[in-house]
Amino acid sequence: MSRKPYIRPVPKTSWYRKHDRYKRYIIREVTCIFIGIYTAILSFGLLNLSEGQESFDLFMATLRTPGALVFHLFALAFAFYHSATWFNVTPQAMPLMKGDDFVSGSLIIRVHYAAWAAVSLVILFSVIVVGA
Amino acid sequence: MAQSHKPIIWGPFAAGGTLAALIMPVLIFVTGVAVPLGILPPESLSYNRAVTFAGTWLGKLILFVFVSLPAWHAAHRTRITVHDLGVRADRLVAGVVYSLAATLTITAVVALLRI
Repeated sequence: MSRKPYIRPVPKTSWYRKHDRYKRYIIREVTCIFIGIYTAILSFGLLNLSEGQESFDLFMATLRTPGALVFHLFALAFAFYHSATWFNVTPQAMPLMKGDDFVSGSLIIRVHYAAWAAVSLVILFSVIVVGA
Repeated sequence: MAQSHKPIIWGPFAAGGTLAALIMPVLIFVTGVAVPLGILPPESLSYNRAVTFAGTWLGKLILFVFVSLPAWHAAHRTRITVHDLGVRADRLVAGVVYSLAATLTITAVVALLRI
């Protein structure tokens, strides 16, 4: 090792602005903030549900406020981005062997998108249909 | 053999990321957009329906998994992102984000057991 190793200075909070690839990376990583806040909202909703109708109705009314709507629209966009980026790397994250060959990446991605569509439809239909 | 706690953290992270990718867009759309805006009728998420669903063991299990795994995923990814943004206090950050995820999970468990 050299005695004076060159350490490339990296600006700590702005390095990702240098390159579109880095920007896409940081957007992907930031999706977790929205997912985290949404799970907090969900668990707060469950807490309200456990406290009775009055608390739960108040919680649902809060969801109708402009601030909550704006948050959820952003969260929806970021959640889509998370899903797409997550499924698009599944061939690298979970490579599958079949015999001596790797299963084609595009097939793995398509299966995940199909599962995503199926799960979404099941949830949507159970909200709409079950108990309607 | 080398011991590492990484798989314990990474397992739920991967599971939570996959589950979040599958369910989050539709959940956020239903609870945060469609019902509040009236695209879906308010009865879709009425108190009675929600209590009936959360009153069954299957419903409790589903809701528990829907909160806890994505919360863990979000916590772990936040930890990594904070590191990427130049904060080098990993122990502190990890403590904070995992505690938050644990708090959300415990809140959900307590709430579900009371329903």
